[in-house]
Amino acid sequence: MNLFTRLSIWLFCAAVAVWLVAPTLVIVPISFAQKKSLAFPPDGFSLQWYANLFQNPEWSRSIISSLKVAVIVAAVATIIGTVAALGLERMKARPAGLVRAILITPMIVPGVVMAIGIYAVYLDHQLVGTLTGYVLAHSMLAIPFVVIAVGASLSVFDARLETAAASLGASRLATFFTITLPLIAPGILSGLLFAFVTSFDEVIVALFINSPAMKTLPVQIYASMTRDSDPTVAAVGTLMFAATTIIIAAGLWFGTRRRRS
Amino acid sequence: MRDFFSPGRNSFWLVLPALLLLLVALGYPLAQVVLRSFTDPEPGVGNYVWFFSRPVNLAVFQRTFVVAGWVTVLCVVLAYPYAWLMTSVGPNMRVLLVLCVLVPFWVSGVVRTLAWVILLQDSGVINRMIMAMGFEKIRLIRTQTGVIIGMTQVLLPFMVMPLYAVMRGIDLRLVQAARSLGARPMLAFLQIYLPLSLPGVFGGAIIVFILGLGFYITPALLGGPRATMLSTLAQQQVLQQLNWGQGGAMGVILLVATLVLLAFAGRFARRRYQMGAGGK
Repeated sequence: MNLFTRLSIWLFCAAVAVWLVAPTLVIVPISFAQKKSLAFPPDGFSLQWYANLFQNPEWSRSIISSLKVAVIVAAVATIIGTVAALGLERMKARPAGLVRAILITPMIVPGVVMAIGIYAVYLDHQLVGTLTGYVLAHSMLAIPFVVIAVGASLSVFDARLETAAASLGASRLATFFTITLPLIAPGILSGLLFAFVTSFDEVIVALFINSPAMKTLPVQIYASMTRDSDPTVAAVGTLMFAATTIIIAAGLWFGTRRRRS
Repeated sequence: MRDFFSPGRNSFWLVLPALLLLLVALGYPLAQVVLRSFTDPEPGVGNYVWFFSRPVNLAVFQRTFVVAGWVTVLCVVLAYPYAWLMTSVGPNMRVLLVLCVLVPFWVSGVVRTLAWVILLQDSGVINRMIMAMGFEKIRLIRTQTGVIIGMTQVLLPFMVMPLYAVMRGIDLRLVQAARSLGARPMLAFLQIYLPLSLPGVFGGAIIVFILGLGFYITPALLGGPRATMLSTLAQQQVLQQLNWGQGGAMGVILLVATLVLLAFAGRFARRRYQMGAGGK
């Protein structure tokens, strides 16, 4: 390949990379705006939108609701999903394929279609705006991610280790907790993270099943965006962006350190 | 308890909780959508007749497919060189390229759309750049173009990843062989590399198209009345007009379109696989 072709591909890809990253970053300066406007670039500097996030009960309550739902969903979906992934690994190929296909349907069904159905069912059973309602819907949405993450760990797991433990006299239960579980722990952990993020980010179902009594953060953000130009939205976004960046940087750092040692 | 973890036996009990959760939180609600589309306000196929007899609905239906199609085409065009570059650089550069693709995932979808609202608004950065270059201001927000721009950015990772996975497996010696036999670079690419990478293009395109059909947040916030997509229309029917039957019918139509596409994709993938296994 000649230099010109290579150079133009590089330039093209650099432009794509900028287009992927830069738009998200515009929320950072907006979050420090002085006036209540979403004009870019903003004038002046203030921290009032960050303060608003914690002082305005509408925002602080939605953050707490979201965290509560996401933590419970992460626990529920990780347990049910991990157990299911273990079951799939022990099943015969044909039924396992069928069950796996069923378990990933939440990723395929368009969000609005399930949201309409869930809303209909929740109205009949008084689940609209309840913790149970959010946890039920979000756990269902998170299951596929846990099954896939744990399944990936299990597929590289050497089953002979279990046989070895058993032949040395360990009970099934002891084998599971001392051999299998520690070895698939990375998969479980990433499933847990995916489940948490799935719930924390979910907006379509939440838009249908929220009530004034209980709103999650994405619903609050959506409502604020459709109502007025409030930079508090940008402050939330910036905090979330910073948190994710720290988690991913820490993951990369630990990952490379472990590889070196 | 001993038998609980033993291989082969009782494995069904392990997947049962997950299946039950899906039945209660997904199966039952979807059945309700289908049921209501045929029974509300009266039994029959009235809601479907209504949907396909109103030009407004048909326009939205068509627009949904057009937008998803455009997003898919743009994703292929942008992702193809990008994925290729990922296969040809060192490990550190590759991590950087992957990170760039994943950054849009770091913030919630709603916030990501906010960024696009800020950039695309009438007095936004993009329009001021366009005007600085001496062109007329163009309407981007609340138009189909704006929706396509926003959706392409969100869906690009779903195109890059399958493409990269396929391209990584392509044996470059085949291209070298073609070159050594006298093929020009362009011909070697068109005859060897491109056909070998097509499964990745097809896999990614199906995912992007299906996800694009069901998109809700981006069209709702970046589009407007003139850029409504099927999801938004269904949501309005149910939440604003309490029209469960008509909203349900739209949902069912969207779901059926998705399932038909998936079935088609599955069939295509199987045929390719069989051809490969047959030594062709």
